[in-house]
Amino acid sequence: MANQTNTGNPNVDLAYRRKKNAEEMKHQVISFILMIALTLVAFFAVGYDEFSHWFSVPFILLLAVVQVAFQLYYFMHMSHKGHELPALFLYGGVLVAFLTVWAFMTVVWW
Amino acid sequence: MSTLARKKGVGAVIWDYLTTVDHKKIAILYLIAGGFFFLIGGLEALFIRIQLAKPNNDFLVGGLYNQVLTMHGTTMIFLAAMPLVFAMMNAVVPIQIGARDVAFPFLNALGFWLFFFGGVFLNLSWFLGGAPDAGWTSYASLSLESPGHGIDFYVLGLQISGFGTLMGGINFLVTIINMRAPGMTYMRMPMFTWATFVTSALILFAFPPLTVGLIFMMMDRLFGGNFYNPAGGGNTIIWEHLFWIFGHPEVYILVLPAFGIFSEIFATFSKKRLFGYSSMVFATVLIGFLGFMVWAHHMFTVGMGPIANAIFAVATMAIAVPTGIKIFNWLFTMWGGNIRFTTPMLYAVAFIPSFVMGGVTGVMNAAAAADYQYHDSYFVVAHFHYVIVGGVVFALLAGAHYWWPKMFGKMLNETLGKITFWLFFIGFHLTFFIQHFLGLMGMPRRVFTYLPGQGLETGNLISTVGAFFMAAATIVLLVNVVITTAKGQKAEADAWGDGRTLEWAVASPPPEYNFAQTPLVRGLDALWIEKMEGKKGLTPAEPLGDIHMPNPSILPFIISLGLFIAAFGFMYHNEYSWGLFVGIGGLLITLGSMFLRSVIDDHGFHIHKEEVLEAEKGVKA
Amino acid sequence: MHVEEKLTAETFPASPEKATLEGKNKFLGFWLFLGGETVLFASLFATYLALRDKTAGGPSAEELFKMPLVFVATMLLLTSSLTSVYAIYHMKNFDFKKMQLWFGITVLLGAGFLGLEIFEFNEYVREGHVFTKSAFASSFYTLVGTHGAHVAFGLLWILTLMIRNAKRGLDLYNAPKFYVASLYWHFIDVVWVFIFTVVYLMGMVG
Repeated sequence: MANQTNTGNPNVDLAYRRKKNAEEMKHQVISFILMIALTLVAFFAVGYDEFSHWFSVPFILLLAVVQVAFQLYYFMHMSHKGHELPALFLYGGVLVAFLTVWAFMTVVWW
Repeated sequence: MSTLARKKGVGAVIWDYLTTVDHKKIAILYLIAGGFFFLIGGLEALFIRIQLAKPNNDFLVGGLYNQVLTMHGTTMIFLAAMPLVFAMMNAVVPIQIGARDVAFPFLNALGFWLFFFGGVFLNLSWFLGGAPDAGWTSYASLSLESPGHGIDFYVLGLQISGFGTLMGGINFLVTIINMRAPGMTYMRMPMFTWATFVTSALILFAFPPLTVGLIFMMMDRLFGGNFYNPAGGGNTIIWEHLFWIFGHPEVYILVLPAFGIFSEIFATFSKKRLFGYSSMVFATVLIGFLGFMVWAHHMFTVGMGPIANAIFAVATMAIAVPTGIKIFNWLFTMWGGNIRFTTPMLYAVAFIPSFVMGGVTGVMNAAAAADYQYHDSYFVVAHFHYVIVGGVVFALLAGAHYWWPKMFGKMLNETLGKITFWLFFIGFHLTFFIQHFLGLMGMPRRVFTYLPGQGLETGNLISTVGAFFMAAATIVLLVNVVITTAKGQKAEADAWGDGRTLEWAVASPPPEYNFAQTPLVRGLDALWIEKMEGKKGLTPAEPLGDIHMPNPSILPFIISLGLFIAAFGFMYHNEYSWGLFVGIGGLLITLGSMFLRSVIDDHGFHIHKEEVLEAEKGVKA
Repeated sequence: MHVEEKLTAETFPASPEKATLEGKNKFLGFWLFLGGETVLFASLFATYLALRDKTAGGPSAEELFKMPLVFVATMLLLTSSLTSVYAIYHMKNFDFKKMQLWFGITVLLGAGFLGLEIFEFNEYVREGHVFTKSAFASSFYTLVGTHGAHVAFGLLWILTLMIRNAKRGLDLYNAPKFYVASLYWHFIDVVWVFIFTVVYLMGMVG
């Protein structure tokens, strides 16, 4: 994404890049709006007393994961080319993170 | 600064090393510091063995014994083994991939000085009220109760050192990913580089839990926290989990580079390419990955329950599989090869049975039910010394001999090297083999004495004799180093004559810029390929030109010094009113230096084409 | 491409943060660092989850946390994440002034977040929720406080970059620095998403 297709005419290239950047910025704003929506839904789900916490806790965790995916893939450009290794290592961290949290929730006791 | 001999005063040399960002000099710094701490750790071991030579001995008892015991383990793992591994990685990996330095030379220097100041801080405890005394694992219940500041020295010292290690890990990852010479795909990297790559990934993910665990310990001991303190609702198991989530990958951080070193040595001194390269790479990655799934095998007896125990037991046994693949591949490398028993090769050949013995007792310990008997006995002590000494220490000694000429331009004396080897090998088995049986006969760990009449006397005495053999070996090694430095045999670029990898294509020691022209890599064992085609040297991948080099800097030293000072302040802030002031002052020194680094532009300098040509001519002699 | 070369909108590369080796290294190195930070925060979260019921007689999560304040803080930080995206968008368009403006707004929003958090902690201390009171308190303040410390550091970082480079504009030396600072800023919003979910929302659900 955002690769210079070299037409040899710097003005044309510049215009192309500007257009690509603007398109991407639009996607970012849409992502942002969705993230606000996800946040609102999460707050609402917790505030609404009719939902049992057996539902709302997994639900808000799921919403959090979705929102983080937006941050990573859009705001932090993890969907762009050249992010294979960053993604690999981030997921590696996520794996160890998950193991740690799992352990503390199962084999830490009084 | 080039390989041309230049008269430099002592002061200039010291300043050079204080400010260097050159990976080759940093390697030497790690070697000297790591070697120094290895001697200290070795003395601590000797004291332990002297005390245990006979029952009811009174050479070193009680709390002081506990301190020596704790410092032996902590020093050996954090201040000796890891830095020596880093020494090898720094000396070799950038050259093996055809690069001029690591990705972040400044950070490399900072990593060293952080380790150094952390190690010094920890050892100052001896003079300032007592060393930590709760074992190298410093379990929370005991360490929270430990009077005096010993444990605080442990917490703060390791925290500072740990930052350095983490930086080193990130540095090597970026170096290996981004700075390989043209033609060097991942599957053409030497095994030691692969090992460094996986090890660095382990460092990246394993050190944060230790950081967090140490922060909690510091909070509980110095700032009134309640993480591990049951009275406030805390839980001691949290420390154990955090420590071992770090601690188990830590031992793979130690052993994977050792495997990498032996892969290089087996191939070189069998004059045969490494057998099963792809499976070796796969096995290394698998060991690294599985290494994160087994930590609770250190906690089988703590009460996690049979399901958790079973899961971790099976995962632990699984690691034996890729490790076994490696052992077979090394054996098949030797089979049919033209074997030369140089000192490094002796260590390599001795490593195979020694490490395998440690590995099989590892599988024994992995059986959770059986571990209820082995846990906290000398059986475990025997196991881990077999894998650490038989694996890591043998590799470090082998690697030191193997790459000494590359680092210092002189060959270590082979005769003395062989004497060292035999003394060490015999001493090692004498000390630790018998400990399997001491453990099975019921001798617990971490005891400063034992009663007569329980069948433990002979075993302990033999074990102590072995320690003296290892001490003698170390003395011979030191003599070797001194003699070699004074009048050792000069080394060629291809010091051993059978070099297969890129580091043997550059001078011994290499010029500051490593390669006059970045080489073009045409396959695995890049240098060997050129040799087999009758070429004198490597094929260049770029024309000769000005070489861009990073500037030296004193800031890494100062940043680390700031943290060292801050540690004292925070440690004493409950007793002395200057504590908080000094603590914050130290942090300001660190942050201020970081700020200076950020705002002062540093574009490095250039070595001009003419100077490069001059240096290369001198080298070709 | 010499690193301090004065560039124009046409000659400025499409990915300025990765146009030099140093830039590529900083880019990769920082993502790796974020992988490590993920594990660091996970350890803090894991401990918090294990200890969150251990209030030792002190106030509990349900009693302490106030939805409106957390919501406003979340909006501030989330918006600051967007404004930093804007800033990098302008950087790619070689529009230095606009980039500075949006980074400035990011800093203001971040400072607002931090101010709210300091106010919040002050309230808690008044209600008896102090670090030394219980395991819950210690783990709460360490987790949320570490995040707050990261925010504070990020603000100083971005401010330093803005002031240091104010006179010289954009070039290939500072483009990677701005990019990496914005990656950091996004990451602390990632952590915050989990904090408001796991600490505050789950705390209020019980």
